[in-house]
Amino acid sequence: MLQKIYDWIDERADITPIWRDIADHEVPEHVNPAHHFSAFVYCFGGLTFFVVVIQILSGMFLTMYYVPDIENAWKSVYYLQTEVAHGQIVRGMHHWGASVVIVMLLLHTLRVFFQGAYKKPRELNWIVGVLIFFIMLGLGFTGYLLPWDNKAFFATQVGLEIAQQVPFIGEELKTLLAGDPNIVGAQTLTRFFAIHVFFLPGALFALLAIHFILIRRQGISGPL
Amino acid sequence: MHKGKGMKFVGDSRIATERKPNVPKDYSEYPGRTEAFWPNFLLKEWLVGAVFLVGFLCLTLAHPSPLEGMADPTNASYIPLPDWYFLFLYELLKYEFASQNYILMGILVLPGIAFGALLLAPFLDNGPGRRPHQRPISVGMMLLALASVIWLTYESAANVDWESRAEANKPIPPGEEAEIDTEHAGYAVYENSCLSCHGDNLQGGGAGPSLIGIDKSAEEIATIAKEGIGSMPPDQFTGTDEELEQLVDFIVSVNEQSEE
Repeated sequence: MLQKIYDWIDERADITPIWRDIADHEVPEHVNPAHHFSAFVYCFGGLTFFVVVIQILSGMFLTMYYVPDIENAWKSVYYLQTEVAHGQIVRGMHHWGASVVIVMLLLHTLRVFFQGAYKKPRELNWIVGVLIFFIMLGLGFTGYLLPWDNKAFFATQVGLEIAQQVPFIGEELKTLLAGDPNIVGAQTLTRFFAIHVFFLPGALFALLAIHFILIRRQGISGPL
Repeated sequence: MHKGKGMKFVGDSRIATERKPNVPKDYSEYPGRTEAFWPNFLLKEWLVGAVFLVGFLCLTLAHPSPLEGMADPTNASYIPLPDWYFLFLYELLKYEFASQNYILMGILVLPGIAFGALLLAPFLDNGPGRRPHQRPISVGMMLLALASVIWLTYESAANVDWESRAEANKPIPPGEEAEIDTEHAGYAVYENSCLSCHGDNLQGGGAGPSLIGIDKSAEEIATIAKEGIGSMPPDQFTGTDEELEQLVDFIVSVNEQSEE
């Protein structure tokens, strides 16, 4: 039955080549923890992606309750945390996932760095990877404000003051992020929400796609 | 791939009528003990992922994500702190060569050099050797950067009393702020002795925690008012015993109301 459905779709959309590109490849011995225990270091990248998926899913559920408005943002998070069934777990996954993703990303980066896996022909993929790292830090910075509690508010205020001190474009940069040259308030929250939920994830998905396509094109780097 | 004349398509689409057999390539020429990704290796990856997920959920269950009180821009005494992965950048700004007149050093030059070098690592370290001992300069720089980041993070985090921070900034459940009976005899005493730190609605402030939802008996509250606790100095309350009784009665009544 499943085979028939597959054949029916395949005849119309020719999905077999796509399937080959995604799944039909060999995994070399030196990255297989079944043969070399130390090959667990090759799991870091995959686990980073796993946490990213957790972040996307938990974030999608959080937006069902979250209200990006200074009157209600904190109250909606408090309600989610205390009243909604399993809300504490979903928010906990998003909160801790934000930290774990940085840790895994760092481990993955260090693995690639110390193995010299970024050398020719993989320079481009390294650059894409570092850009993903920056996007993640941006997601962390913007997401920190969203619960609209004291630590969020004052950390963002400091962050914006630092942005303001950049020469020439400092004031404009701060206004772009905060929505106002002086006030950290309603505008700031909605801007950070938009950046956190639409702008940065969009950039992240594009970069992840390039990252994975390049890995499948070039294959994993050989043993040292 | 077959191109050009003689090609047949499904309907008016660009999909060829001629079917390619759906068999995987022969991997016998690959070196070493390779393993097919689908489904053998993917199963192992799922197992690693499952173990990771269990560990992650344990962390989530053991430590509920923190939430402080609602943002209060007028709170002048709050000491701001970024998330832990920005602490090293924050700590850097406390050094003399990276603050005040040299602030650009701290916010642009040093992080710019570090992250720029990370971004351009393949072009800075462009020799053919991949092993760490074949590229001592880049590996040395990375170890140095790593050590500084860890040191700066430690320096920044070690000076923070995380528990008292969390304690002082506990959230007040919404709806409990309005239940303050300002006609109560104890409120006048509260106004004189406690309000400046604990706020006009007992909600807490920069210097003192919220007094709503505390798990203390009347005697304990009376003792704390006279002798202090933690960072609260003694002799905050200096009135008659009758006033003390009114004060304690007031705080207890507010707490009892909020529990209903």
